Amino acid sequence: MKKPVKDKIHTDHIQPLDKIKKGMQVTIHSLPDGITKAQLIRLGITTGAKVVCLHRLPGGTIVLQKNRQEIAIGYDLAKKIKFNFIQ
Amino acid sequence: MKSDSLEKINHDEIHPHFGSVEAEQFSSKGIKVVLAGNPNVGKSLFFNYLSGMYVDVSNFPGTTVSITRGIYKNFEIYDTPGVYGISSFNDEEKVARDIILNADVILNIVNSVHLERDLFLTLQLIEMGKKVSVLLNFSDEIHKRKIKIDVPRLSELLGIEIFETSAVSKTGFDKLDLAIQKAHEGSQPKELHHLLHETLKKVGSQAEALLILEGDESIANKHEVECAPIEIREKLYIERRNLVNEIVSEIEFEDSKRGEIFNRLGKYSLHPITGIPILLVVLTLVYFFIGDFVSQRVVKYTENELGKNEFEYHLKSFIAKYTPVKITVHNFDFNGKLKEEKVFDFKNGLDVNPLLAKEFKSYSSHSNSSSDFYFFNPIYKLFFGEFGIITMTITYLVFLLLPLVTAFYFVMALLEDSGYLPRLATMLDRSFNKIGLNGRAVIPIMLGFGCVTMATITTRLLGTEREKTIATAILQFVIPCSAQLAVIAVLMSMAGIIPFIIYVSAIFSTLIILSTILNKSVPGESSPLLIDLPVMRLPRFDNIIKKMFYRTYGFMKEASMWFFVGALGVGILEITGLLNIWQEILSPFTTIWLKLPKETATAFIMGMVRRDFGAAGLFHLSLSPMQITVAITTITLFVPCIASFIIMLKERGWRQGLLIWSGTWFFAFFIGGIIAQIFVH
Repeated sequence: MKKPVKDKIHTDHIQPLDKIKKGMQVTIHSLPDGITKAQLIRLGITTGAKVVCLHRLPGGTIVLQKNRQEIAIGYDLAKKIKFNFIQ
Repeated sequence: MKSDSLEKINHDEIHPHFGSVEAEQFSSKGIKVVLAGNPNVGKSLFFNYLSGMYVDVSNFPGTTVSITRGIYKNFEIYDTPGVYGISSFNDEEKVARDIILNADVILNIVNSVHLERDLFLTLQLIEMGKKVSVLLNFSDEIHKRKIKIDVPRLSELLGIEIFETSAVSKTGFDKLDLAIQKAHEGSQPKELHHLLHETLKKVGSQAEALLILEGDESIANKHEVECAPIEIREKLYIERRNLVNEIVSEIEFEDSKRGEIFNRLGKYSLHPITGIPILLVVLTLVYFFIGDFVSQRVVKYTENELGKNEFEYHLKSFIAKYTPVKITVHNFDFNGKLKEEKVFDFKNGLDVNPLLAKEFKSYSSHSNSSSDFYFFNPIYKLFFGEFGIITMTITYLVFLLLPLVTAFYFVMALLEDSGYLPRLATMLDRSFNKIGLNGRAVIPIMLGFGCVTMATITTRLLGTEREKTIATAILQFVIPCSAQLAVIAVLMSMAGIIPFIIYVSAIFSTLIILSTILNKSVPGESSPLLIDLPVMRLPRFDNIIKKMFYRTYGFMKEASMWFFVGALGVGILEITGLLNIWQEILSPFTTIWLKLPKETATAFIMGMVRRDFGAAGLFHLSLSPMQITVAITTITLFVPCIASFIIMLKERGWRQGLLIWSGTWFFAFFIGGIIAQIFVH
């Protein structure tokens, strides 16, 4: 198992969420449009929200943690969400 | 008017003591109190408490979503499906939306552990201008987790009353009356009213005006106004979300970070390396419960003893009093082997020949005998014969399907309430993506192993039409229902291990070929997975029983009629002789291409009435192991039972339904034939 690499998190590139690694703490940069956006906002995933990547399952399904809440996001949706590294 | 009478309670008759006010004193007749909240907040426990015994359940038109209504004092209490917000993204939301729009008072149940998530709905309810009280549930849980919530401040910020409760230990329940009486409009953002102004003038209801601004097309159509552009919904949502975040950061304090990753099991069930072994354990347990206990022992008893030997035997004997009938009685020994067979011929019914009738009764009434009634009158035959619309369908529905469906809904409720099902959906998401579905499709597919008809109805919970089509096709093609599985298992045990491997690989490769074709050819888009993973916990037994009961009831109510219609259809085919013609047409395919005896065609045709009939019809034929393999592969892939066919037509429309149906003919004979050509000599 890879440990989260904390000292590497200083590139402040904007990246799609499917590139996130387990243990990373990031802020959400942008969301895709449409109904999905509304659903994401309701679950607390908004632009600027701080989230932690709890799991990155083989194939790319992402599980995010926001405060005490866990949210599973499919690979195809993850590709459309962008995140920022937290300095 | 309704609100007037509520005002009256508020001012004149506030009485905090639970149950101490005489019901007549309330002038609150017909006040609709609606319980609303996110999923897993304990809504139904409040509902159970308030509604007591007087509950009626009905399916919301066109959905599998059930609405429960109860009476508490003079209030009508409504339960709603758990939703994260009011809109019409799916069936649950539409149902919740319609009930909430009609509510006079809303009790908003909030999980205090997940304030950030839950308050979004609370704010939306307040912005709709509804009279709301908040029940802050799981108050004991937050103490355990060392979270502190400034309740008075939260109440001040929201502008509504807040009552701390714990549904599990039933604390705070004495304040429910007060919560209903004290419900009032909360503080709404000023800017909202500027936005709402124009629409409100046109539609007259703040709640509906807000939903129109949030892009709810059906509400807009109802008032014949234009739906607001999507940017407004986003603006409103983001503002609401930001407001929730502000509120939560002001009123919630956490003493310790401990207990954040609360449940290891939850974590392990997500990752395939640990999750697949967990799934296997779960499936094994499910197999022992459903596959072994319910479908072997329970159903064997209910179907044969209660259904055939009691219900059908008595009904048929009664009918036989008045009409010409030939009865064949088989007597079996204790090992189930045929001991003797006797034919009773009543030219004018049992009543005309009391002596013979008496002999028949004494010969046939012990437990190791079975009687086949052959009615000469075609109408009697249609209703009470071997495949009689009344006799067979009732036995099937009540004594076979009901126990199975109940067991399946029980297991599903257990998996759902424990928090396992959403994690399973997450773990399997990527595999389902490959066939154009997302992880949520695990629910209908699993149910398919119980009853394909039930599973076909459940495809409604999938996000898009494309997903519904793909899932329906997979169910109708490759998933054997439990009635059929039981017979297949017996036949397979007769055939041995190599036929078993051939069978499984044939079905599996069909699944892969079929889903690849579907994924490529079905137009439209599939929705990605986006689900909230609730905390893993021990489910509450009463809740599971309730869910199981409501869902079983909903299914039986919706599907029962189609089993009768299906039986009528096949009955007519039989009487008119069309069934025989069909068998004749099929027989060259069966003998030459599938290399099976001519009679197998009958088994195939019977499989259309009930899938297990098809498989059971093979018992009497002496087939070689490889022939068994061919026959059960063909029968598994062959057309679904007539009830699920009709439900499929209802759900997916004529064109698609017939396409899938004829596709199963093709695949069944094609794959079965290939196996026959290779392995049967």
